[in-house]
Amino acid sequence: MVAALQGLLQGLFGAAYPLVWTLLKIVLIIAPLLLCVAYLTFWERKVIGWMQVRIGPNRVGPWGLIQPIADGLKLLLKEVVIPTGSDKSVFLLAPMFAFAPALAAWAVVPFNDTLVLANVNASLLYIMSITSIGVYGIILSGWSSNSKYAFLGGMRSAAQMISYEVSMGLALVVVLMVSNSLNLGDIVKSQGQGYFADHGFGLLSWNWLSLLPMFIIYLVSIVAETNRAPFDLAEGESEIVGFHVEYSGMAFAVFFLAEYANMILVSTLASIMFLGGWLSPVGFLPDGLFWLLLKISFVLFIFLWIRATFPRYRYDQIMRLGWKVFIPLCLIWLVVVGCWMMSPLNIWK
Amino acid sequence: MEFKTFVFYFLSAVLILAGLRVITSRNPVHAALYLVLAFVSASGVWMLLQAEFLALALILVYVGAVMVLFLFVVMMLDINLDRLREAFWSYLPLGSIIALMMVFEMGLVLGGNYLGLLESNVPQTSATDSNVQAVGRLMFTEYVYPFELASVILLVGIVAAVALTQREKRKTKLVDPSQQVFVKAKDRVRVLQMPAEKRD
Repeated sequence: MVAALQGLLQGLFGAAYPLVWTLLKIVLIIAPLLLCVAYLTFWERKVIGWMQVRIGPNRVGPWGLIQPIADGLKLLLKEVVIPTGSDKSVFLLAPMFAFAPALAAWAVVPFNDTLVLANVNASLLYIMSITSIGVYGIILSGWSSNSKYAFLGGMRSAAQMISYEVSMGLALVVVLMVSNSLNLGDIVKSQGQGYFADHGFGLLSWNWLSLLPMFIIYLVSIVAETNRAPFDLAEGESEIVGFHVEYSGMAFAVFFLAEYANMILVSTLASIMFLGGWLSPVGFLPDGLFWLLLKISFVLFIFLWIRATFPRYRYDQIMRLGWKVFIPLCLIWLVVVGCWMMSPLNIWK
Repeated sequence: MEFKTFVFYFLSAVLILAGLRVITSRNPVHAALYLVLAFVSASGVWMLLQAEFLALALILVYVGAVMVLFLFVVMMLDINLDRLREAFWSYLPLGSIIALMMVFEMGLVLGGNYLGLLESNVPQTSATDSNVQAVGRLMFTEYVYPFELASVILLVGIVAAVALTQREKRKTKLVDPSQQVFVKAKDRVRVLQMPAEKRD
């Protein structure tokens, strides 16, 4: 069927065919992603509702399933207020800066052995550099609002994101050391080898066990990186001066979407780096896209679970945790793993 | 025109325009943003040269970290443009000399092939060997001493920055979290027993 479609498009567009085919593939990735973003907000409200012995949204549609669509429509129809004295072009550019990297990073994410939009060698480096652009959305929205509250909120969130990007990056450096590749596909494949994988327990061969400290640091760092509870000072109710106080309507909704799209992206990365991507946990079940989706959902559930469980961190404690605990731990573990790989006990050959 | 050539000219045009706007825009934050655009287009040009490691490192380091900190500083400065423009004519001779020097140097580098200054040995990339591996191998074998030297210089820079900003010991209200967690309600609140009073 795919071949027939390719033939049809080739006949239809001629020389422009590669462009059209790539665009089609991009749409095939982005459209389900946006749907997932919408239903992640719904799932979050439901899960937290159940954890707090409530029901959650249940009015719009059967079991409240149309709720995210209704929310989106409401935000679309609201007016986008642009404050006087704000830098208008930068003000409108900031939400795009926040959202675009979360989508662009999907270009190199492998869904299974062959299913990937761009199989590039330095895909991990690409993801790290693309996601590092996301901080501009925060810092520019804070500045262009021409409000001291938004500015201070933006500064705080940007400082938080930069700090945790370092520990995230260092954790990923350890992963690329043991898998000996920057290619996400190769990183997954390298997790399918080892003593346990040969004996039918692939689950124990994945990086989460051999690099357990890095896995935990990565999990905490991605929560802080995406400004989620318990590190959600950007929108904490008790200190409500986030970077997006001046945004309304769809401009605010784009920030909201960016947060959830980033959550899905970092969960996917966690699944690929530490949880074996599309690999099956046990030998007698086949590998496939299904496992990747299951792992992403599991990591996303951890996000929601943490939010419903822990009280918010204080700002100075967040910075202390990032700079004085995680980064030294990562650096030490980097050396430990390096020595381990050079010793005869190396398990990653 | 080949597609690759078109991409090259497009990126170069954006790069030059962005570079011009960096020095002509009146708002320093806009200038910094144009510099970001210039970095991204330069990274695109490098990507066309199949130097993907350099291209991505440029975005990761300069766009993702350096320019963010730069924006932090620029946004917090209270810049009075009129006062900056006052001394324009008195600084012009010095500035133009520096500009001419830079143009001359760039001419030497770019025209090196024509002037015969360098035997062009652009490293041939093989499709199998990844760019990152090639750079890493060179960096840790052939250029290991310059590389370590650069890292020591950077370290000195870090230490100097810390030493300059932390001259005297400041009084902070920092509390050690490991002691904080041992606090009990008894340490903070004292409950007094008071006999209930009767109203007359």
